[in-house]
Amino acid sequence: MSNLTEIRWHGRGGQGAKTAALLLADVAFQTGKYVQGFPEYGPERMGAPITAYNRISDTVIRAHSNIYDPQYVVVVDESLLEAVDVTSGLKKDGAILVNTQRSKEEIIPHLKGYEGKVYIIDAHKVSMATMGKYFPNTPMLAAIVKVAGIMEKDRFLKEMEASFKHKFAGKPEVIEGNMKALEMAFEEVQ
Amino acid sequence: MATDISKLGVKATWKDLTEGMIIAGAGTSKEFNTGEWSTAKPEFIEENCKQCLLCTPVCPDSCIPVVDGKRGAFDYEHCKGCGICVKACPFDAIKMEGVN
Amino acid sequence: MAKRDRLSGNEAVAIALRQINPDVFPAFPITPSTEIPQYFASFVANGQVDTEFIPVESEHSSMSAAIGASSAGARSLTATSSCGLAYMWEELYIAASNRLPLALALVNRALSGPININCDHSDSMGARDAGWIQMYAENNQEAYDNMVQAYRISEHKDVRLPIMICQDGFITSHAVENIELLEDEEVKNFVGEYAPENYLLNPECPMAVGPYSITDYYMEAKRNQAEGMKHAVQVVKDVAKEFAALSGREYGLFEEYRLDDAETAVVMIGSVAGTTKDAIDKLRDQGEKVGLLKIRLYRPFPAEEIAKALSHVKAVAIMDRAEGYSNQGGPLGADVMAALYRARSQALAVNYVYGLGGRDVRVEDMEGVFATLKQIAADGDAGEMYRYLGVRE
Repeated sequence: MSNLTEIRWHGRGGQGAKTAALLLADVAFQTGKYVQGFPEYGPERMGAPITAYNRISDTVIRAHSNIYDPQYVVVVDESLLEAVDVTSGLKKDGAILVNTQRSKEEIIPHLKGYEGKVYIIDAHKVSMATMGKYFPNTPMLAAIVKVAGIMEKDRFLKEMEASFKHKFAGKPEVIEGNMKALEMAFEEVQ
Repeated sequence: MATDISKLGVKATWKDLTEGMIIAGAGTSKEFNTGEWSTAKPEFIEENCKQCLLCTPVCPDSCIPVVDGKRGAFDYEHCKGCGICVKACPFDAIKMEGVN
Repeated sequence: MAKRDRLSGNEAVAIALRQINPDVFPAFPITPSTEIPQYFASFVANGQVDTEFIPVESEHSSMSAAIGASSAGARSLTATSSCGLAYMWEELYIAASNRLPLALALVNRALSGPININCDHSDSMGARDAGWIQMYAENNQEAYDNMVQAYRISEHKDVRLPIMICQDGFITSHAVENIELLEDEEVKNFVGEYAPENYLLNPECPMAVGPYSITDYYMEAKRNQAEGMKHAVQVVKDVAKEFAALSGREYGLFEEYRLDDAETAVVMIGSVAGTTKDAIDKLRDQGEKVGLLKIRLYRPFPAEEIAKALSHVKAVAIMDRAEGYSNQGGPLGADVMAALYRARSQALAVNYVYGLGGRDVRVEDMEGVFATLKQIAADGDAGEMYRYLGVRE
């Protein structure tokens, strides 16, 4: 199963990491892949650290365990860098994506010696500029799609628009902001 | 299809029972001889009876038939011998052992 | 034509129910099965089904209402988990002994205490002797497929027993995975109309349900009930065959994975079977002859068939996602070991309790179980037969 991509999300309750993982599964599914998107459930508490997972593969996915050695880690809330061992098991040839307003150089010392690639994005800036409120999960979703090379930008935006139209059928006014957030995040991630 | 309850005696095997012990069909209790349960039976003393018919509605098993405004003989096939009718009768027209 | 989709297990079961369009669905929510009535309520609101959806005040009531509806002649069901199932205990026996072919979409969750919302099988295992047919799923696809087949089994005239369609809480119920759905028309035609011979709302022939039964009759009644369970095995196979013709997906009483020439094997129920298959493929690549027997039908228990499938195995680990507190292991262990004994099997068997309260099981954990089995086979001694997997010692 060399084609298997495993992603682990670290967020805090209420930030939408679980939703982002499910949306990522949705998007990868649209490319014809086998997918899994699942949260590690506990009592849902606003602000508590939560973990969510994605498996994406060309072949049927049978494992139903959590992910311990991911290719990619997404950190939706940088305060988790101190609270949780986010790089645990993270593959050296993989990457970590952190939502931060700081620079890469400032972040690296907090990654417990992780030697792989480090990507950052200021999801706060993207979210405020495009949606006027802080919803980090939409920019983080676009960023990981780019970092993990799950889909090229145009196709991704097209698929997400369809997905948002379905998801936000009751409040279409938020679709435009979310779409702009995705587009901007695709450019902003570095 | 109505259940043939004549087949449901204590000698019925498990194969003879209906699924879930359901009883289909209306009024099947008529075919169930509860009269055999009684140890004592009420006795109708016709000469004392004024045909007030107070006994008929109190019978829990509908064992006092009324024809043309007059009560008839007890239906002992279904009478369980509860004695309520003895208590209801103001004219000593019903007697039963152990009931005053 | 199959429709490719990606859904959580709860959504998949809810869609199967929409396609079945049952008559009555009384519901009371409990994690992790809440989404099933939640999705279904939206189908009702959107007019996609004409089901009578009844929000009730407890699981005692939801099962009671499902029983009442089923007695009346309606195709009925409810959904629950964990303590919700425990609160239905009395009604479970009533549904089965009244021979009512209703369904229960169960999302397995640990029973308290300590209070826990995650997966294990202690809820449905406790109900295993209630007289219900029980089927389990490894993934979303199987949960959906089992739900589609449920009424064909439970309503069969030789069976007429309630059926519990179980899946693992959160692990499959809340995980989005690929799935192939049948077309609405295909499901409708496959499931067919429910036409009971006798039912309460039949003005032509009224009916008495749930009579008192004295000692003279009670045992005959229970033996009569057991006959329905005996027939269920063949009906499960027949329905699976028809389902395979429709869907291309084959099911039996259990699944054998690389078991044919296996020297050691694992017997288990539920989602960890998938994880175990990955472990088996890895070990097979290293030349190890290992296999899996995954239970689909747990009640009735296909003991003879299981013993036959394991007849060539030297050592077997039976995995229980529930404690039995017998000091011997769990319920599946007891059932499988009894099956092996009846078949005069010489296999060395151990019983693991694992995955309680959602404890995760990794591919590596299952590789460890196979390593233990290899050692047991080499030693010719099972050693301690009652073991725990993944507990901090």
